[in-house]
Amino acid sequence: MADGPAAAAASAGAAHDYPTIDPTSFDVVICGTGLPESVLAAACAAAGKTVLHVDPSPFYGSLYSSIPLPSLVSFLSPDPSTPSSTAPAAASSGSHTVVDLHRRSVYSDAETSGTVPEPARRFTVDLVGPRVLYCADEAVDLLLRSGGSHHVEFKSVEGGSLLYWEGCLYPVPHSKQTIFIDTTLKLLEKRALYRFFTLVKEHIAATSAPADETGEVDAAATISEGNLDLPFVEFLTQQGLSPKMRAVVLYAIAMADYDQDSPDPGEKLIATREGIQTIALYSSSIGRFANAEGAFIYPMYGHGELPQAFCRCAAVKGALYVLRMPVAALLMDEEKKHFVGARLASGQDILCKQLIIDPSYKIPTLDVPFDDSDSNSLRKVARGICIFNKSLKQGSSNVLVVFPPKFSTLDLALEEQQVAAVRLLQLSSNLAVCPPGMFMAYLSTPCTDGSAGKQCIKKAMDALFSPQDSDGSEGHLETPSESTDDVKPTLIWSCVYVQEIAQGTSGSLLSCPMPDENLDYRNILESTKKLFADIYPDEEFLSRNSAPVHADDDSDSVE
Amino acid sequence: MHGRPRRPTKPVDEEAASAKAAKLRDLQVQVLQNHQSRTYTKEAIGLSFKLLEINPEAYTAWNYRKLALKHKIKELSDPEAIRSAVDDELRVVEVALRQNPKSYGAWYHRKWLLNQKLAPVDFKRELGLLDKLLKVDARNFHGWNYRRFLARFMGVPDEEELKYTMDKICDNFSNYSAWHNRSILLSNLLIQQSKGFESKQKIFSEEFELVTQALFTDPSDQSGWFYHLWLLAQTSTPENPQLIASWPCNGAKLSFSLAKEKVEQSTVSSIWCHSLKERTVPIVLYFNEPVKGLNQSSVKLKSDLEFGKDIHWRALSVTDSGYSNCWATYLQIANECSSSQQYSVDVGIPCSDDIVSRSGSTYNCPVHLTFTIELISNGTQNIDLFDKPVAWNCSESFQTHGNCEPMPFDLLKITSALVEEDSNWHFERLSEEIDLFRQLPDDDSKFVKLTLARLLIACAAIKSRGRSLIERKRYCEEALGYFSDLIHLDPSHKQYYEDERSLVLMDKLTCDMETFMKHCSVQVQPNSVPLNHVQLCRLSLTRIGFAERLIWVQVLDLSHNSLRSVEGLEALQQLVSLNISNNQISSFTALEPLMKIISLKVLDLSFNKIGAHSIDTTRYICSSPFSHKDEACEAFEECRKKNINVEEYWDAILLFKSLKLAQLDIKGNAVPNKENFRTLVMILIPSLKWFNGECVN
Repeated sequence: MADGPAAAAASAGAAHDYPTIDPTSFDVVICGTGLPESVLAAACAAAGKTVLHVDPSPFYGSLYSSIPLPSLVSFLSPDPSTPSSTAPAAASSGSHTVVDLHRRSVYSDAETSGTVPEPARRFTVDLVGPRVLYCADEAVDLLLRSGGSHHVEFKSVEGGSLLYWEGCLYPVPHSKQTIFIDTTLKLLEKRALYRFFTLVKEHIAATSAPADETGEVDAAATISEGNLDLPFVEFLTQQGLSPKMRAVVLYAIAMADYDQDSPDPGEKLIATREGIQTIALYSSSIGRFANAEGAFIYPMYGHGELPQAFCRCAAVKGALYVLRMPVAALLMDEEKKHFVGARLASGQDILCKQLIIDPSYKIPTLDVPFDDSDSNSLRKVARGICIFNKSLKQGSSNVLVVFPPKFSTLDLALEEQQVAAVRLLQLSSNLAVCPPGMFMAYLSTPCTDGSAGKQCIKKAMDALFSPQDSDGSEGHLETPSESTDDVKPTLIWSCVYVQEIAQGTSGSLLSCPMPDENLDYRNILESTKKLFADIYPDEEFLSRNSAPVHADDDSDSVE
Repeated sequence: MHGRPRRPTKPVDEEAASAKAAKLRDLQVQVLQNHQSRTYTKEAIGLSFKLLEINPEAYTAWNYRKLALKHKIKELSDPEAIRSAVDDELRVVEVALRQNPKSYGAWYHRKWLLNQKLAPVDFKRELGLLDKLLKVDARNFHGWNYRRFLARFMGVPDEEELKYTMDKICDNFSNYSAWHNRSILLSNLLIQQSKGFESKQKIFSEEFELVTQALFTDPSDQSGWFYHLWLLAQTSTPENPQLIASWPCNGAKLSFSLAKEKVEQSTVSSIWCHSLKERTVPIVLYFNEPVKGLNQSSVKLKSDLEFGKDIHWRALSVTDSGYSNCWATYLQIANECSSSQQYSVDVGIPCSDDIVSRSGSTYNCPVHLTFTIELISNGTQNIDLFDKPVAWNCSESFQTHGNCEPMPFDLLKITSALVEEDSNWHFERLSEEIDLFRQLPDDDSKFVKLTLARLLIACAAIKSRGRSLIERKRYCEEALGYFSDLIHLDPSHKQYYEDERSLVLMDKLTCDMETFMKHCSVQVQPNSVPLNHVQLCRLSLTRIGFAERLIWVQVLDLSHNSLRSVEGLEALQQLVSLNISNNQISSFTALEPLMKIISLKVLDLSFNKIGAHSIDTTRYICSSPFSHKDEACEAFEECRKKNINVEEYWDAILLFKSLKLAQLDIKGNAVPNKENFRTLVMILIPSLKWFNGECVN
């Protein structure tokens, strides 16, 4: 991991050898260096606020970090006896009420199998995986606007997307050319799919173009309002798309999470409007950067680089950084019931106008009445990480695989549980996250029941990988008739766990959103933007001119 | 660049532009001076580079550089030095191509350099340059031309180049150049019978499949349709030219009356009866595609009839290309016959390397035709055939003359056993394509409709060889429907669709005897030989097709159509009377085909638009008004003497001077109805008896 920005943190020294911070009063105190916190720090600093940004860990990123693989297990199942109250739990201190701050366990049910190939430290794992950026999405814009793009390098997910369909990996046709080349599609399927793409393209062009003098949009080229409100799946059927093509569009392009064919209308059906929006983003992503193939890019060295990049931007604008500095308690104004500061683990009290904390802390006022009783109704996401020896798509380094809901229809027992899609992102050594010759993959699926979610993840792994022989050697007992191309990659190591997702909250104590079940950061950044607007309604969120002067020269290149 | 919106040009700084122009002019003058004085100093050559850097189209500068290089090379002996000189030259071309990747001069200069073979060619560099250029614009046809040149130069096998086109098509199938190159390479490979390319059927089936993938993905992309059109042409037309009709037909019995322009009505029973006034018998051969090379040795004539030994075959075509569908010769009968006598004439066309089509394939279906000529010498009366103007009565319902014997219709056709051989595969292939495109749900794609219509026509053509006429008519019906749709759907190409529709309609009306007979009769007019009459009125025809089925017609009524052209009628060497009144003929030049019909006596041109244009606007190639031969000059001179404005009427003069009409109607046209026009007609057609319904005297 690269070193963080210049900070007041004492990088060496004993755990309790905390530095003293001067000044003792800030506009904003932020605890935790996850992506939303880091973006907020950069935005506040850019808006001219004084910012103190602390993190209990010795590294940046909190729940959004990338960590060396050997530290993963301890990270996922932290010591239950968290020493959160190292500072004296004084009931009152001067005019403030002191409220103890506790961390909650975000991860559960971690389960690993296999042995990590040595050198294990060469594997860097994301806690937010599988995740990518659309070349044209908000995260990329923010990086360019803030100047954070100078601190991160991206590579494209050049292998494109694959859909797991009828037991095979099917390359997702997403353009005129890929539809043409595809040999599995029937002629009429090709026609229907490309016609649908053309329709969407015309719709996007017609609706995004500035209205001409007459102020009218070409009605013929657009999709009617009535159709936009239809469930997307219905619209696709109306367009004559076959079941397989519907699955392609719904799950591999529009990235729908839940079963859109489900008879139960309570599940999340995406509307045509939403679907079209994602396709618009997808198609504007393709070709945005000359050197990026496909729509998706992934940061070299892992997603942990992103919060760090924003922290650097914040530091450049004057934010003060202190790592290895837990917040022990919050200070509350007794009369107004407002949070007015934080007591650091060093015992020092810092006063501030606005407090922002990492979602891994329990928010005192909100958590007390509910405590853990509602844990079952919480949104959850089951995640998996695996290491294997061969690319899932020959000739490609990085690929995305989507398992539509009910992908393993043969297993009736599981079918009911597979109401959500599973996404898998394969990464190779060209992203510096694993040693050459090895591949990593992240999987995730949203769930309400953790064990069911884990089952789906395992099922997806079983579908793609062959298990390692019990003696630990790689499978070389395949029948000779099988060509090596047909052999499934061998799973060397895997880990499956469940993460809960708590929403960000606003108020005098802001809590940022947790990594969600999505493939991208769109929703997280949207909430982050809202949080900023709540604190500083009159300030611009990372305005364009907040970036260093040389921002533009990189705008057509990922690297 | 293709597929990118054109941006308005930035307002040019006028001062800078004029400065640039002045600089360019100055450079140009200096280079031309150096060129003239053969100055090949370093500075002089440098100037030409400066000029080409700004304007790669300055072709003289390239020529100058060629001479300069040759001059320089002469003084060099060290191969290394020669090599570096060539290298410098190649770099100049690259600089020019950077300025304009489509510069003809620059590309040609490079080819010239390589062809000089002064230094070993660095093919890697050449291919690298090409790759770069084709990446920028995959449809730069200069690049593709150069690629073909390089491939030939390096001896790259066609198979490899074929793979390259496939790669480019996979990158982006909207690439005419790649498809085009593919068609060329495939043709070569099939002709050479290279390994894996032995079966034309297999290769074309694969190609059909490939291109339909593109067509179904995006039917609005034209490039694939063009390739499909090429495939269709390869599938639907026989490889070698075929003789499809002749006059006289095989087995015909002709009776010729040797008396001068007279005939006794009661003796007439055969429709092939002719008044042999000129003592000539025309023989007309009609091929399925334009051919050349008909001569005394490629067409064998045998007969006990005496005719001149010098047989000259004439191409009946309005273009001067030498290729024609229709060829004619005239036998000059030398026999003095005292009584009725029969002679047989045998026409044989063996396999011949002389007779070749435009694509270079030779004639290989031997044909023998035999017909008999009966010379009748009877009667002594002299009857003036044109003592009354011929009246056309197309409005009256057409009645077959009772006197008419069934026409030996089937004899008109020549079917060759060779054609049948692989027509089954062709037919199946085409039917598959038809089924496929019928499913293509693009309600209003003009390409789909046009292709379907073309496929149906091709199917109909194959069916005609198999003689399944009912099916043939069904195909025609459907194709007619598509053309009607297309006329509404794509009005900018209306005339093309109308022409195509006319062809299909003519095919439908003439393809079987039963339908055709409704339009045929034998016309018997007082004091005239009975004439074979065909009436095709009020059909909205815009052009003539299937003329090979009309070559026996003597009276043809095409009035009340929308004819814009009469091309095709030149094949009707028996034609005596022609009615094309109430059509859309807009110029005298459009009537050029009629000049080839020497038997034509009666012509009704009334109510057209003649005079609206002086040049036929329906054709791409027209003979220039300045390319007349000596006779035309004479005619011009004669008109000039009579105070006729030759500049105004040159087109009319050229037409009328070669017509030997007895009756002409031209009222209701745009030609000025002035007195001197009448004079002009009188001068040019001395044989004329009736003009616009009035007796001329």
